Amino acid sequence: MTTLAQRRRRDRLTVLSFMAPVLLGLLVFLVYPLVASVYFSFTTFDLVNAPRWVGLRNWEHLLQDPNVRTAAANTAWLVVVLVPARMLGALATGMLLARFKRGAGLYRTLFYLPALAPPVAATLAFVFLFKPGTGPVNTLLAQIGVQGPLWFNSPEWAKPSLVLLGLWGVGDLMIIFLAALLDVPKEQYEAASLDGANVAHQFRYVTLPNIAPVLLFAAVTGVIQTLQYFTQAAVAASVASGQATTGGGISSTFGYPEGSTFTYPLWLYVVGFRYGALGYANTLAVVLFVVAAAVTVVMLRRFRSFL
Amino acid sequence: MRLAFIARHSIAIALGAMFLCPIVFLALTSFMASDQTLTADLWPASWHPGNYAEVFARTPLPRYLLNTALYATGATLFMLLASVPAAYALSKLRWRGRTAIFVAIVCMMMLPPQVTTVPLYLMWADYGLTGSLWPLVLPMLLGDAFSIFLLRQFLLTIPDEYLDAARVDGCGEWRTLLRVVLPMARPGIAAAAMFQFFYAWNDYYGPLLYTSENESAWTLSLGLASFRTLHAVEWNIVSAATLLTMVPIVVVFFFAQKAFVQGVTLTGVKG
Repeated sequence: MTTLAQRRRRDRLTVLSFMAPVLLGLLVFLVYPLVASVYFSFTTFDLVNAPRWVGLRNWEHLLQDPNVRTAAANTAWLVVVLVPARMLGALATGMLLARFKRGAGLYRTLFYLPALAPPVAATLAFVFLFKPGTGPVNTLLAQIGVQGPLWFNSPEWAKPSLVLLGLWGVGDLMIIFLAALLDVPKEQYEAASLDGANVAHQFRYVTLPNIAPVLLFAAVTGVIQTLQYFTQAAVAASVASGQATTGGGISSTFGYPEGSTFTYPLWLYVVGFRYGALGYANTLAVVLFVVAAAVTVVMLRRFRSFL
Repeated sequence: MRLAFIARHSIAIALGAMFLCPIVFLALTSFMASDQTLTADLWPASWHPGNYAEVFARTPLPRYLLNTALYATGATLFMLLASVPAAYALSKLRWRGRTAIFVAIVCMMMLPPQVTTVPLYLMWADYGLTGSLWPLVLPMLLGDAFSIFLLRQFLLTIPDEYLDAARVDGCGEWRTLLRVVLPMARPGIAAAAMFQFFYAWNDYYGPLLYTSENESAWTLSLGLASFRTLHAVEWNIVSAATLLTMVPIVVVFFFAQKAFVQGVTLTGVKG
């Protein structure tokens, strides 16, 4: 017979045996960099000179920085449009493929291919396909009598084009949804259809509740990743503008055209690694972290049952 | 039934063609002569399979391939070792502070990589491990936030009754995890492992940061990027190199996705 206290103690040790490496990881990869970053946000320094305390100066500067406003607006637009679009696209393709018995492997590979391509290469190929004058997409549209837009070269269409690029690479999310969909117990569908549930009802009362934890994962990580949206915006802008795709020149095309693809992480990069103002870059980063944390906590609260 | 079958395959084929489009474009470009890549033509005027031989001649591709495979495999194995038990404790064990720790793990994903770079780089430099892939593989032994979150959400979909049954039979928590949960969560674990593997395979920022100075530790993505800079105008060669780096993961994926199907047959007992 073990006493309650002994059992409690043993349970705590059990939890510790599962969690120990990760708890250490939290200290090294979250607490330490975060504390350092908050400290640096009150300093000014570059890679040559040591940090010098300047109090709230970076924070005051941030409030008056017009680039922050543009970049934040573009990033917010992407979060609101890109994340739901990718989730719907992934769910639709995932549900389509979940119904296949034969040939599914080939389709899965096909749909996943764009996500397997290195992001830089994928963006390059995509922008070339959507070239306004000579690209295959607009050539095809012209054949059915539609005048295609300027896509990545138009301030109105640049962000929607980035959403299309995100949808094209939706295979990664699709794989996650597919795994969740394949895990839904078949018996529940059978029971539901015996009760006379139609397809819509089955989706609402069997599929959705079963995959809800995975949907929450997709929403939270989608928002976090979109807040850190960098590579695709940088490469698309530089290729569409016809400038260099690598090297120091790349940041000169950030946001092309007319700042429409200028996202918050791009500004962070320019400030930190082009202007070498690492103190202010850390201020920008802390703001990004706080916004991401606030949004995430709201989302996790909203779906408390999965916590 | 028949009609639904045809409809399903038509949609899938149409979608598949759309997904494939830019890859085909890349493939066609890889066979062009250098000067044709600057025109709007899509179809090669003359075919140059020699572009592929060029890639091998100009880069130590096998060396990059080996490094990439080591990084991707090591990172995936280490990630699973630490992250699966943590995801289990976060989803299936009740303990005080569980929610707080979970939120902290999600927070780890929010730090922009550019921010943690400087302090972490200095840390690895202190240990003398820069110039190798160790700074990218070793941290996985301390868990990966993205994978823990993903695995946890998958484990939540497993009904607790199965675990309770195992505990009543006298299974300890570790045994319950290994014997009951692992087989049932196969599709989810396969997805997380694949994600980690492909992330590492395509990772550019990490290898750039830690191995730039030592070319013998370079990965494919790094080789590809430097290749792109050196031969910026030679789109045909760059396209060929891009496709060559993709071939191994496409093959891995084609076979790895069978793990999902196996997962379904194994979890047939569930529910």
